[in-house]
Amino acid sequence: MARISSTAKVELRGVKKRFGDKVVLDGVDLTIQPGSSLVVIGGSGTGKSVMIKCVLGILRPDAGEIFVDGKDVTRLRGGARDAFQRKFGMLFQGAALFDSLPVWENVAFGLIQGRGVKRRKARDIAIEKLAKVGLGAEVGQLWPAELSGGMQKRVGLARAMAADPEIIFFDEPTTGLDPIMADVINNLIVDTVKGTGTTTLSITHDLVSARKIADRIAMLYAGKIIWEGPTADIDNSGNPYVDQFIHGREEGPIHMEVRG
Amino acid sequence: MNIFAPIGRAVLNYLAQIGRLAVFTLDSVTACFRPPIYWNLIVQQIMRIGFFSLPVVGLTAFFTGGALALQIYIGAARYGAEAFVPVVVLVGITRELGPVIAGLMVAGRVAAAIAAELGTMRVTEQIDALTTLATNPIKYLVVPRLIAAVISMPILVAVADSIGVFGGYVASTQSLGFTGAIYLKNTIDNVTYHDVSSGLIKAAVFGFIIALMGSFNGFNSKGGAQGVGAATTNAVVSASILILAANFLLTNLLFTD
Repeated sequence: MARISSTAKVELRGVKKRFGDKVVLDGVDLTIQPGSSLVVIGGSGTGKSVMIKCVLGILRPDAGEIFVDGKDVTRLRGGARDAFQRKFGMLFQGAALFDSLPVWENVAFGLIQGRGVKRRKARDIAIEKLAKVGLGAEVGQLWPAELSGGMQKRVGLARAMAADPEIIFFDEPTTGLDPIMADVINNLIVDTVKGTGTTTLSITHDLVSARKIADRIAMLYAGKIIWEGPTADIDNSGNPYVDQFIHGREEGPIHMEVRG
Repeated sequence: MNIFAPIGRAVLNYLAQIGRLAVFTLDSVTACFRPPIYWNLIVQQIMRIGFFSLPVVGLTAFFTGGALALQIYIGAARYGAEAFVPVVVLVGITRELGPVIAGLMVAGRVAAAIAAELGTMRVTEQIDALTTLATNPIKYLVVPRLIAAVISMPILVAVADSIGVFGGYVASTQSLGFTGAIYLKNTIDNVTYHDVSSGLIKAAVFGFIIALMGSFNGFNSKGGAQGVGAATTNAVVSASILILAANFLLTNLLFTD
């Protein structure tokens, strides 16, 4: 397992995380190549979000290492952590917009606070990014609470991209949206990210979305990556767990824990 | 079922919570001395924590000062020592009641507001979002509130002292038959630097406790609306208890003549 892959953008090696007695990640190994889009699928509560938060440094893994650009970032703290954080952008499941700030300032936040860009300039960039996700400059003056769920997701996407990060994470980008708006978001992700050289890691249980945005798909189950392959191979993975999941069958090797 | 298991679990949880608080306090205090410092946020928080607490603190100080004068008069009259009312009101307000009343009122108002705001930010992932935008949440959210509270509370207490003494003046002149000029002269002749400064130092400590407990409980809130509600309650209760405990310790250690 101790291979050195200098080409990977992000690499997880044996990442483990538990909360109390509950083991959430039980040795996750995952590699994302530069400029590619990896989608991790898996049921609710299988630790997909926890995995992303470990990479982002919001949670600290109990064991294992995480490499970004070949550098071990698992236990970075303080200023070094802040510097490496600038490589990342993230679209949160609930958009997580700052409700105390108007929309444009949400989009410009990472530029103004994280990178010291002047407000006027950051505002211009914010309006440009809002236009990219199909929102007019007038939306920039609104407050997040005044937006619909789909618009919030778009603003969240604009915010994640605002500082042109090297790696963008998408946490359930289409959850809670109607199918058409979900498709709009999927297209936006594809249009705005593909071809820019940005590496993306998404987690979702929406297979339509996964097929659309992924170069490769991996499946997380019981704290481990049980299958990984090109998007085209997902329908003949030969893996009973993947088959059960993508066909949405109750019968199969995966047993849903119904109790809380 | 082992009867010791629940007790052990409770004790461990309690100790873990104290450990978390210690780490949080250390992180927050060290962050106060490392750039970037968000000055505009500090000013904004001084307005919220300090300025908008003035009416609440002023009113409670006025009534407390008045009631204090009436009670002291009853006690003092038993020894024919009515003339001491102004001094005792002065000492009582500046050393003790001004900071404590202001501290408790601000704890109710501000610790709750901080815990509710940060708690909601936590459960809606806004705090995580800060991290992903290369902004340290402790520096951006906690430090401005801590600094603002430590600056605001002494100013609030200085105001509360003045209004509290004025409350005593009003009660004494209106119901106890004191002459206004004599009451004021008695007060001014007896005011010492130490009386006032000891209260202001207490106030700064209380401000720290209020912002810290609000932030800590907000940061660690879990679940949805219920978790935020619990965080708010815990913030107010823990801030109030710590204020009263710190008041006793500070009075005991530092401010005996």
